[in-house]
Amino acid sequence: MYPLRVLGRPAVPSTPDQNGQRSNPPATSGIALGFERVTKVFPDGTRAVDGVTFQVRSGEMVAIVGPSGCGKSTLLRLASRLTAPSSGEIRIGDGNLGYVFQDPTLLPWRTVQRNVELLAELAGVSAAERTQRAAQAIILTGLSGFERHRPRALSGGMRMRVSLARALTMRPRIFLFDEPFGALDEITRERLNAELLGLFEREGFAGLFVTHSVNEAAYLASRVLVMSPRPGHIVAEIPIPFAYPRAPELRFAAEFASVAGQISASLREKPR
Amino acid sequence: MIAPMLVFALMIGIWLAISYVLLEPRRRFLMPPPQDVVHVGLLDPRNFSEILVALWSTTQVAIVGLAVAIAVGTLVPVAMIQARWIEWSIYPWAVVLQTIPILAIVPLIGFWFQFGFSSRVLVCVLISLFPIITNTLFGLKSSDQAHHDLFTLQRASRIQRLLKLQLPGALPAIMSGWRIAAGLSVVGAIVGDFFFRQGDPGIGRLIDDYRARLQSEQLFAAVALSSLLGLVVFWGFGLLGTLLVGSWHESHRTTE
Repeated sequence: MYPLRVLGRPAVPSTPDQNGQRSNPPATSGIALGFERVTKVFPDGTRAVDGVTFQVRSGEMVAIVGPSGCGKSTLLRLASRLTAPSSGEIRIGDGNLGYVFQDPTLLPWRTVQRNVELLAELAGVSAAERTQRAAQAIILTGLSGFERHRPRALSGGMRMRVSLARALTMRPRIFLFDEPFGALDEITRERLNAELLGLFEREGFAGLFVTHSVNEAAYLASRVLVMSPRPGHIVAEIPIPFAYPRAPELRFAAEFASVAGQISASLREKPR
Repeated sequence: MIAPMLVFALMIGIWLAISYVLLEPRRRFLMPPPQDVVHVGLLDPRNFSEILVALWSTTQVAIVGLAVAIAVGTLVPVAMIQARWIEWSIYPWAVVLQTIPILAIVPLIGFWFQFGFSSRVLVCVLISLFPIITNTLFGLKSSDQAHHDLFTLQRASRIQRLLKLQLPGALPAIMSGWRIAAGLSVVGAIVGDFFFRQGDPGIGRLIDDYRARLQSEQLFAAVALSSLLGLVVFWGFGLLGTLLVGSWHESHRTTE
């Protein structure tokens, strides 16, 4: 069978694995990201996010699901301070923040290697150091052999890997994912989900993963927050009781189906 | 490759027909037959070198004019994208610059800058500046919002944003601006030759002299070589574009 332990609590990775690969063990008690009654009203009067409160602990993966246009992406823009909240408070833990956009946002004139180096380059990391970091990230994301390719020579899935590798070079303590695999075919998507989990288990970052796929949310996260249609607020919080590491076969387990059903049910609930 | 050669043969045929059928010998100087143009204008070493020397003088004017236009035409849009108010205060004047009929202000330029090299260069700059400004500005402003967000998240400085995002992204547009401007700078240099006749004679002045002396074989040869110059410049800048952005941008993929 597959390694599947059903626990009564959210599975938060807290110990380095046997190989001692996790370089920075997360302080499990710490808060990586905290939203406190955050509201965002756009200048045109659109209330995108309405009184949202939640926390992401260090080393924890939280997913947000909701219908299109419910303000999920706005939450991430708020978390990364690309946008300021209209009211409420956002706290963010120490360390770098990684952001993976809906699009890979690669620079078409740069090769894979140079794209992966970009953030470190902007941060003023020395050439030798960033080459080494990029090489590492390229191995981690399975891009070896594609270093000299330009983005347009890559498939959608490969471009997303480059985007992921680029964020990894900054060794973020929290990762924000804005439906990164939404545009990919299902096979590629599931494969990248599994690889992302591998990275998460190995690197020990915290993650906030926005998606409209219930399956993706349940597979990746230890907690799923369900958002209502606009004005977006959190209508349910569903713990996912499966320990990491999670095998891809988990998706076909009866317990998984029941959790996914629970998420779907709260998505269908009429907003009060 | 065959079709353009056929058109070329057809044009030569029409040319010959006009020279020998339409024009009586007395008026044949209006359209001397092609073999006379080649014989007198290109194969006679004295005439040929006279044309080449003048063409080189014009080329120098065009090169200097284009270089100045490229420098100004790149710096101005870079300043414009730094703040909305800069763009709003400068752009209307760039448009005005474009709408000034160059020939109308040629006498003024002569008053202010004498009737030599610098005036010729100035005409060149005035004629070729606008397409560089508009194309560069368009290119600089067309970076993706998501890319800007990426740079903002990494707290990139203005100069990093300019050098690593905006300028490289604008390169395809910049290249098409340069290409248009390069052709115009040759036109500008020849126009300048006509009016500013001090210093080395350029090809424009030579063409005017040939016209006055009814030396139509040389006139035709000079016109043909000026066109060739324009063609070489256009082709050269196309090649430059392919070298700079061909590896990643569709506009400059080799489609031979």
